[in-house]
Amino acid sequence: MSHHHVLIIGSGPAGLTAAIYTARANLAPLVIEGEPSSTSDQPGGQLMLTTEVENFPGFPDGIMGPELMMKFREQAARFGATYVTTKVTKIETGQRPFVVHTHDEVYTADAVIIATGAQSLMLGLEAESRLLGHGLSTCATCDGFFFRGQDIAVVGGGDSALEEAIFLTKFASTVTLVVRRDVLRASKIMQDRAMANPKMKFLWNHQVVDLKGQDKLEGAVVQNTKTGEQSNLDITGIFIAIGHVPNTGLFSGILDMEDSGYLITRPGSTYTNIDGVFACGDVQDHTYRQAITAAGSGCMAAIDAERWLEAHH
Amino acid sequence: MAAGIVNLTDATFDETIQASDKPIIVDFWADWCGPCKMIAPILGEIAAEHADSITVAKLNVDENPEMGMRFGVQSIPTLLVFQNGTLAKRMVGAKGKGQMLQELSEFLGTSH
Repeated sequence: MSHHHVLIIGSGPAGLTAAIYTARANLAPLVIEGEPSSTSDQPGGQLMLTTEVENFPGFPDGIMGPELMMKFREQAARFGATYVTTKVTKIETGQRPFVVHTHDEVYTADAVIIATGAQSLMLGLEAESRLLGHGLSTCATCDGFFFRGQDIAVVGGGDSALEEAIFLTKFASTVTLVVRRDVLRASKIMQDRAMANPKMKFLWNHQVVDLKGQDKLEGAVVQNTKTGEQSNLDITGIFIAIGHVPNTGLFSGILDMEDSGYLITRPGSTYTNIDGVFACGDVQDHTYRQAITAAGSGCMAAIDAERWLEAHH
Repeated sequence: MAAGIVNLTDATFDETIQASDKPIIVDFWADWCGPCKMIAPILGEIAAEHADSITVAKLNVDENPEMGMRFGVQSIPTLLVFQNGTLAKRMVGAKGKGQMLQELSEFLGTSH
């Protein structure tokens, strides 16, 4: 068992910014960065599954998501942050110091910063587990390459769906965007780009209700959300980008959260309902959900934690 | 490239798989794949810690598209384990070290 002034759970822009700031405050933070996976719930967070990040200030030519996160990680390490590549399995906040369990270790900490982020929602179809990696993908940047010259679909209408769809047109013959409504949630610039792309097709007012194929994807069954009428979509690849859920299962019954699972922080701060436990990034933000806002709230959590530690220890 | 990891190409693939006297795990990866980067250090550790029982190899799908097509790789990282020259196991997607070791246990001579 090792003891730390500050323990940070999560390693996306929020967790790593909190690590940079607390490391520079000589608090030697321990970052429990998560475990590799092919969903966005992994070290480096959601940006590990994106391509070009064009809106992070300081990179006028854009930067690849994974590369940006490697830079965040190195920057925190330079000032003394250390990393453990595993998942937290349990947190105990009823005693001081706090106790944090992972698969094979137990850590204690004076302050805990939660930056576990959010992960992609799946459709919830039985066929999904069977076809994941066999035509169904959660990572366009990883798998787009394998769909060269094929007809594929992207499900969703937000910025990430459009970003994936436009990226996939580099490889695929056509990319059909399956949208539940007749409008897109995505930003104007992304909508304009998608509409102008000759390889993009739009299937409005439809949702995917089943996937066909045993060993590999052979098509999707879609349903009109207005008439209920079902039809087949002839595709060999499908990418899901229908939204995110916060990774807060660990904190159920411990920290105050909204019905949707997002952690509640005291307005204008990163304080949770438990003194000494702070939350930052997408795990407590369903409004902005940007790398830069996550990083900003990670900085706030570091400063809140540092001041709280000074006052209480 | 970490020490102890064999770098395969389309040209050397068959020969290396056939000649290997130990099970050989092949990591299909590419530079633009974030999850591939996250498991690279884990594979390096497995290569070092289990050098007696298994060989770890990598194949860049960008530079070597043929083998990915032959084995129907549609998602990376995909890890294929070959034993006695034939495909013995397929693992799709990035995983933590613990889970990876568990799934490889039959080839590592460890029990779980």
